[in-house]
Amino acid sequence: MYSRAYKTIISAPPLLWVGLFLLLPYALMFAHSFWQVRDGLIVHEWNLQNYSKLFENPVYAEVLFRTARIAASVMVLSLILAYPLAYYMSFHSGARKDLLYQLVIIPLWVSYLVRGYAWKTILGSEGVLNGFLQFLHITKEPVSFFLYSPFAVILTLTHIYTPFVFLPLYASLEHIPRNLIEASHDLGASPRTTFFRIILPLSIPGLIAGATFAFVLTLGDFLGPMLVGGPSSIMIANIVQSLFGTAYDWPLGAAIAVCILVLTVTLLFFTERLEKRWAFR
Amino acid sequence: MSSAPSSRELTPPPGGVLLEVRNIAKRFGEREVLKNLSLQIASGEFLTLLGESGSGKTTLLRLIAGFEQPTAGEIWMGGARLDSLPPYKRRVNTVFQQYALFPHLSVSDNVAYGLRVSGVRASEIPARVVAALGMVKMHEYAEARPSRLSGGQQQRVALARALVNRPQLLLLDEPLSALDANLRKQMQSELKSLQRELGITFLFVTHDQEEAMALSDRIALLRDGALEQVASPREIYSRPATSYTAQFIGQTNLLRADVREGIATSGNLRWPCSLQSGTVLFSLRPECIRMMNDNSLPTEVVRFRGRIQQQMFTGSVEQLEVDCSGKILRVRIPAHGVLNGEHEFGFDPMDAVPLSG
Repeated sequence: MYSRAYKTIISAPPLLWVGLFLLLPYALMFAHSFWQVRDGLIVHEWNLQNYSKLFENPVYAEVLFRTARIAASVMVLSLILAYPLAYYMSFHSGARKDLLYQLVIIPLWVSYLVRGYAWKTILGSEGVLNGFLQFLHITKEPVSFFLYSPFAVILTLTHIYTPFVFLPLYASLEHIPRNLIEASHDLGASPRTTFFRIILPLSIPGLIAGATFAFVLTLGDFLGPMLVGGPSSIMIANIVQSLFGTAYDWPLGAAIAVCILVLTVTLLFFTERLEKRWAFR
Repeated sequence: MSSAPSSRELTPPPGGVLLEVRNIAKRFGEREVLKNLSLQIASGEFLTLLGESGSGKTTLLRLIAGFEQPTAGEIWMGGARLDSLPPYKRRVNTVFQQYALFPHLSVSDNVAYGLRVSGVRASEIPARVVAALGMVKMHEYAEARPSRLSGGQQQRVALARALVNRPQLLLLDEPLSALDANLRKQMQSELKSLQRELGITFLFVTHDQEEAMALSDRIALLRDGALEQVASPREIYSRPATSYTAQFIGQTNLLRADVREGIATSGNLRWPCSLQSGTVLFSLRPECIRMMNDNSLPTEVVRFRGRIQQQMFTGSVEQLEVDCSGKILRVRIPAHGVLNGEHEFGFDPMDAVPLSG
């Protein structure tokens, strides 16, 4: 139908883009992970030293587990926040639906940094939260553990990533034909039973997609812990960042990045299969 | 039943009344969808709500199912108030237009759904599901997902899913409209025999007058949110109360006639009639007009001459348009052969039905 020349011209830009900005960097990163730094220079010697370092030094595993824990917490918290909101908006908000939708979307237009700094001013020892607690005489002195703790990181990232969980959830709820709800009521199921037997199972694809978003995005996050986390909440991406920056050990950083990449891709592979298994239309 | 008098008012159905709709009105914002409508449905009856789209027939069904709340009026079933109950507490089941099968459940789980959620003993469920699927000849597909079934098969499952609960009243919202013509005819006859077998009251919604005629014990014709006529198919066809009914159900000729001293006159047609003097609209069905070709016919037949304007052959019948001194009459006669020029026609004055508006 289309000429060969036309197809070539049309597909060249995206292929070039993917090749230059995706595949090439990945290949470089992959190559780096097998090289070494000696006397401040990267030596192109191929071996597995970086990977064995990762497995021998328990710090890396510890940070990775902490990262996964934080990611899981963020995932669970944002699901707890997003599901009722998405459910309410999809089924009960009536004419206010569009307005509420916009309100959920607006935070996405605000820079990540701004939202991070906002939490800094809320949680800090001179911050809004402490001032409020002291004003109410609930605490006498500023509570220091609000900020620079895993708690602060989880709170901030939950706030930032909840819209990402909300969107696929809302979409999957919106896709449930309303006559299924009516059919369920018609057959004698109360609203509660209808929720657990019809709505919840049919929203599982959105649930999985949202959970994956929250988990994977948190897994690779480094700004959150930098802004509001302390030494006890360093995450794996912070280590990568410092290795590529001040520590100047690109090969070791690349090795960690490859590990995270493999982990993420495996995760995405399984969640996608899970989503397909639960998709019915 | 066919001998019940035709009337625009409420005709009480024979047998016990199962469902009664009393002065129901429904308004969506400014739009008045149902206007002070009353209707009774007898136990075991097959009643069809017939009407154009926007006539309010689906809204009435949804009020009875409980998906909508009436603006005014009451609905009673079996001596108890129905309209104050939520849909899941009504002993009414619905077959939806788009079937509304649960996509994540197998056919048998779909059918079992109503039994499970209403606390029927678990030991009793499989047998009832099998029986219901057998009733609609779908037992082979018990483990299939609805998405793998054809439209007709989904329709059967939807029917089984509703019937398995042994509802007192089954509501059917244009259940056959998504099926192709052949399958539709087949499903019509299956639906009819199923209804006779089970003795469940069916309230059927359709816009297809042929379907309504074929299936129903009684037809309730709706027009702009009000009942136009409620009667048996034979009655509503042969004794339409209004010109709207006469034209909606089948084809007809409307004759505006001047009645004076027992004689109705419309153009150069004259026939005896016992109505009071005045202007009256009559309906004369095309098949009630015959072609006169022998002289032995009884004298009470009204005769007139007309010129054949158009002839359409449709197999068993000829559809003619006959010019009777300016007035075009539709005539339907048995297959005859090509006709031309002027002929003599006639009809029985009893077949000219006076209409009330």
